[in-house]
Order: sequence, then C-alpha cells, then structure tokens
Amino acid sequence: MKCDICHQNEATIHLTQILDGKMLKVDLCDACAKAKGVQETGLGFSLSELVGGLGVADETRAESPGAVCPICGMSQADFKKTGRLGCAACWETFEAGLNSLLKAMHKGDHHVGKVPGKAAHTLVIQHQIKGLSAQLAAAVRAEKYETAAGLRDEIRQLESQLKMSVGKK
Amino acid sequence: MTLAELFRNPSEWLKAEGPHCQIVLSSRVRLARNLQGFPFPGWAKKSERVRALEAIRPAVESVPALATRFSESMDNVSAMDKQALVERHLISREHAAKNVGSGVVINGDETISVMINEEDHLRMQALKSGLQLQKVFQMIDAVDSALEERLDYAFSPRLGYLTACPTNVGTGMRASAMLHLPAMVLSEQIGQVIQAVGKLGLAVRGLYGEGTEALGNVFQISNQTTLGETEAEIIERLNKVVLQIIEYEQNARGTLLEKKPRLVYDQIGRAYGVLTNAHTITSKEALNLLSLLRLGVDLGMLPAALRAVVDELFINAQPAHVQKTADRKLTAEERDCLRADLIRQRLVDVPKPEMNETPAPENPRAEET
Ligand SMILES: [Zn+2]
Ligand SMILES: [Zn+2]
Repeated sequence: MKCDICHQNEATIHLTQILDGKMLKVDLCDACAKAKGVQETGLGFSLSELVGGLGVADETRAESPGAVCPICGMSQADFKKTGRLGCAACWETFEAGLNSLLKAMHKGDHHVGKVPGKAAHTLVIQHQIKGLSAQLAAAVRAEKYETAAGLRDEIRQLESQLKMSVGKK
Repeated sequence: MTLAELFRNPSEWLKAEGPHCQIVLSSRVRLARNLQGFPFPGWAKKSERVRALEAIRPAVESVPALATRFSESMDNVSAMDKQALVERHLISREHAAKNVGSGVVINGDETISVMINEEDHLRMQALKSGLQLQKVFQMIDAVDSALEERLDYAFSPRLGYLTACPTNVGTGMRASAMLHLPAMVLSEQIGQVIQAVGKLGLAVRGLYGEGTEALGNVFQISNQTTLGETEAEIIERLNKVVLQIIEYEQNARGTLLEKKPRLVYDQIGRAYGVLTNAHTITSKEALNLLSLLRLGVDLGMLPAALRAVVDELFINAQPAHVQKTADRKLTAEERDCLRADLIRQRLVDVPKPEMNETPAPENPRAEET
C-alpha cells in the first residue's frame, strides 16, 4: 500500500477517523507522517485537515487548465500536489474551479460572517461611489451640469480615499 | 514567561469546572487568518515566512489578552516541548513540525494561543473548560479585532477570510467541544451518534486505532463548513447538538446502571485496581482507565475532587509530559514505568470506589430484550 501523500513510499502508518458518518482511512509513510507531525497517541488531530486538499485540486484542474497565479507563481500542478492555495490572489486565479468546489463543500457560496473594520470601511466607500455614479449619470442625462460637476468632485474624493487606504498596505 | 513557568500551573481548561463539565471537557474556537501581500506559509520561501513572522509576532504580543505570555519562535522550542504543547492542545501536530519562520504565543492561563505560520499565517484559539462555546468565541473574536487594527487581513467581500485550504474559507472558524462519552461507548451507541452528527454537517474526531473506540472515550465534535453561515449560527448549531449528546450520554449512564450495574462496577473497579497498583502502563491503557475513573466520579462512586485530578493526569500521563517530569528523553519502557509511578502517587489517597450494593449476576438472556 502506497502513502497517500507522496504516493511513493510504502505506507507504514494507518489512521482511521470518522467523518460525516463515514470512516476515513489514511495511509502514510514514516517520512510523511513525521512531516505532518503524526504521532501514535493524542487527540485533537484531524485527518480531514491533513487530507482536506488531496483530491480537491483534481476537480479544479479541469475548469482552470494551465492557470498560474500571477502573484505567487503557483500553478495548477502545484495546487494539485498540495491541495493548498499559494496566496490570497490564488483565490482569483483558480476561481472558476473553486466556485463549484465550494458549493459542494459548504453551506452557501458567499460569506455572511464577520467583516474586518478596514474592509467594511472600503466596502462602504465602494458602495457610496456606486450610488454617486448613478446620480451623476442621471444628472448628465438631465443636463444639470452644475450638479454633475459637484458629484464628480465627490466621487474623485472618495476614490482618492480608497486609493490611500489600499496604498497603506 | 518561560515554558517552564507556563507549565507550572495546570491549564485553565483542566480545572473541570465549566458548565456541563461532567461530560464536556472543553470548548474551543479557532480562527484562521492570513495577511494581504504575503504568500501563505506552506508556499512561501523561508525568507518570506521569516518576514511574515516578524510582521505578525509584535502585533500578537501587543494584544491586551496576551500581556502575560509565552512567546517564542518554533526553532527555539525543543522537540519534547513541542510535543508537550500538542498534548496540552495549545498547538497542532502540524505546527509541532515547524521550525524557522513559525512562532507561537500563549497567554498565562493557556486559554488563548496563537500559532504563527502554521497552514495559515494566523491560527488563534480560545479554550476553556466545560461547555461555553459563546464565551470562547467572544474571547478569540476580541483578539482577532485587536489584531485587525495592526494587520491587513486577506479578505474578500464575497468569500470572507481567505485561507490556504478551501475547507476553511469564509469565517475561517472551527468551533469544537471535547466530550467524554464512556457510556455511549460501553453501550455501543456511539456509532449511531457519530452517524447522526455527520448528517448535520458536523464532524466527530478522535484518533482511532483500527475501527475501535476513541482513546479515553473522548470525542471532539466540530463544524465542518465555514462559508454561508455567520459565526453565531455555526456556534448555535454546534451547541444544540452537543446539548443533545449530553442528554444521550446521561440517559445511557442511567440505563447502564439500571440494566448492567455489574458491568459498570466491574469496569470502574478494575480501572481503580489497575491504576492504583500498576508498575508499568502505556499511555493508551492509562487514558482508557482514567476515563472509567472519571465515570466513577460522575456516578458518585469516587470523590468529586478526583475529577480535576483525572483531567490533569489525562495530560500528564502522555509521553512528552512524562518525559518532562523526568526532565530527559526516555525510552518507551522507561516512560511506561514512570507513568505508572506518577499515577499511583497521584491516586494514593483516593479511597476504593463506593458501590452501594453488589448487584446480582446479570442474566445474559435478560440483556437481549
Ligand atoms: Zn509518503
Ligand atoms: Zn497565488
């Protein structure tokens, strides 16, 4: 029996865990078990986290073939090997494949939980710009050029605020 | 503080005093967070990991809840100490394998610990005894909010907190309760519970030998999904299921005592006999017998004060803790001897389990009905 992680060495450590009502079995070689910190005893260790990514990348490959992350350089093949993304931008690079995967894996397809304060600030400004842009278009249509000029100034100011908060990163 | 100072006192969650502490050993909430502009730890080069650690560690150390703390780079923690931190549930097994470019920060009573550059840049947890998931969530949420002031998290309005593994994206939250379910195991109902819980989108964990019961009859129940629900919804769902399982376990204990008292007395009596008389014992056997002793306390056969002692031994009987007691690396045989000695000494004043009456031999035919 070959190791589930490296697919090369003979597996010597056999772990079983119950997950979703199903028995999950993982076979590891000594080297991979050591690398993952697997020991003979103890609690609080999750096989699902260990193997969570294995097989996951298989599904995404078909939908984003040949994609390479422009920021961190992770390729589809790299993702397949580790089952882990390389950086935040990878989430966009492999988006097409990830979306269907997330739908199968989670309760919903978008986040409804906590939002960090800074992100909330950015989101609020983006929302304001959207609203002002619509007003601007309406003003231009109605040929109210004075109002339009005022709106344009407001939008520019918000945009520069947005740029500043992004620039701080 | 040093690790020796940290380990001098037993962890807060071992005090066995939270709500439902008879059955719920501990509650934990863990959050995964990553920084904008740094590759995730598993994909980063060593120099990038070191740079991320240098950015994160001061921010973590500035959090008020971590004012009294142990803070160290993983390459400065010995292999034995790393294993001891795993045994105390303060770091993951994966993190114990880390060295340069990873770090750990733990507060004085071990209720909050932060792993830096595990699978994600930040894995922070709050851990307390008993069933208090909301409380531990509030604790770690406050740490997260403090950190967010100083760090730029990788966050997407659509997908939430971006993580290295797709299984954690969204809230990045894993809430779990560690349950002690000896009667569910003795009455062979645990399989059904695990199946039912799985159908609700929750995971039951515990390290298994081939198809047998979990070590020490301890099971961890946690949420499986992180996207599409708020943190409060996830915690409420988990809390409801845990309360239900507590009821099942209590019922199973009542039924066992009523229908098979001799089996219960025998198991607890043998556990007491072996633990108070053994001169060599493996950690697996010790954990399984300590579990039965804890059941004896819950059933009123042993003094209530013993519960915290058992919980403490649950940790101190594990391999790295035994070696730390000896202050050196021991062979497996030496560990088994020292473990037996430690347990015997700790239990020396514990009276024999009080069993009200000796029940009649159980009629095997009656059990079938
Ligand atoms: Zn391997
Ligand atoms: Zn990337």
